[in-house]
Amino acid sequence: MDNPNAHIGQTHPMRRSRAELDAIQGWGADLDRKDRPGVPMERTPPRFLEGKHWDQPEQQRQDIEVFVTPERPGITPVFGTSTPPKGLSGLLRRAAYHMTENDIRHWLLLLLADRVNLVEGIGEDLSRGHLPNVLAEMGIKAEWRHNKVGLVRKAAIVAALASAGYYLLQRRQNKLRER
Amino acid sequence: MGAIYGYSPTAGGYDGGQAELVRVPMADVGPTLIPDDIGDDDAVLRTDALPTGYQAAEMGDIAEGDTVVVFGAGPVGIFAAKSAWLMGAGRVIVVDHVEYRLAFVQQYAQCEIVNFKDVQDMALHIKKMTAWLGADVCIDAVGCEASGSAAQTLSGRYLKLQGGAATALHWAINSVRKGGNVSIVGVYGPTFNAVPIGSAVNKGWTLCMNQASVKRHLPRLIEHIRAGRIDPKQIITHRVPLADVADAYHMFSSKLDNCIKTILVTSALPQARPLFAGGTDTLH
Repeated sequence: MDNPNAHIGQTHPMRRSRAELDAIQGWGADLDRKDRPGVPMERTPPRFLEGKHWDQPEQQRQDIEVFVTPERPGITPVFGTSTPPKGLSGLLRRAAYHMTENDIRHWLLLLLADRVNLVEGIGEDLSRGHLPNVLAEMGIKAEWRHNKVGLVRKAAIVAALASAGYYLLQRRQNKLRER
Repeated sequence: MGAIYGYSPTAGGYDGGQAELVRVPMADVGPTLIPDDIGDDDAVLRTDALPTGYQAAEMGDIAEGDTVVVFGAGPVGIFAAKSAWLMGAGRVIVVDHVEYRLAFVQQYAQCEIVNFKDVQDMALHIKKMTAWLGADVCIDAVGCEASGSAAQTLSGRYLKLQGGAATALHWAINSVRKGGNVSIVGVYGPTFNAVPIGSAVNKGWTLCMNQASVKRHLPRLIEHIRAGRIDPKQIITHRVPLADVADAYHMFSSKLDNCIKTILVTSALPQARPLFAGGTDTLH
């Protein structure tokens, strides 16, 4: 292997022997490209499903605001309505959808809106009197069941950081008081 | 690519499909009937993980005897390794850092394994394994949440200076031989990633990537399952009720309890069969 000329004449080094390959269930079943359903990747001419026809489906009624790209006109006949835009995240998303996908600000605004929406969600929960169980949503039950040591370690790190922060804050306040 | 449930406006803007019931747009052409002899477990894996892995190998345009390196030993990487043999590979190497997954894929896909934690330089290691040539085909079955490079992890996952950590893609580009093929099925963000595109130009290889064309692959994959060439259900390690989905995701992403593939079980109608799926497959 350390011989710098080892590759000369070897196009497939350390390939398994025919007998070894034959021992692998199904080896070579799709060796012929005709057996590979996605080859070529694009069908030319395009395939039309037999007996199928295309009618423009009835347009879903739009009762809420749905953001669409400015890169083409119109909206799909059917669309999701579970999360209508609202609040600051909605404003950010609306601004993002004034830009094309080619504009990096489109994506950065959407990333920001996603984070803002997370905080809004917690606020919304609280305003409805529901205390969000963030730890449960992060899967603490599974962590406790399968990785107790890791969980205890993480809790210890968080506790240590919180204590250190509290101590530094107290020290600063004491110093200010002494002045 | 068609529309995908829960994949943001990039893929149609449909809400997530991990639910008791889903509405199926274009239902006269979209769904596929599952033959009676195909069990639910095999069927549900055929909706996402299996076709994605199969297509990863297919896009690598594997020729007889090719050396194929698969980055990532998650469900997709496992199926990509298995599929590489179906296409006539001469050698299949899977790279990951999670020991139990490497152990599983070694046995399931009868491949060679490399734990990247034991390796100083991934591309150099692949060169050494291939008598300095590089692999004929490299498959990125990892995507933007990759481990393995502090610089990529910091800039991509924590500081968001790029669309996630492109570690696996970087390795694939640098590990493939000149004129070889790189196939990407790992998920990346829509912004930009730091990859050595200059090396790609100089090596003159072919880059193929796509979301899985699930419907197109289903008939052939059914034949493979029937012929016993591939047994998808073997990768299932956990079954979790939909109510505990947060724990299921945490277990999968943190690799707890030797998790490889989790099936979410809903309490929906007993006649309902799986239709579509996301990262964690759902039995409807």
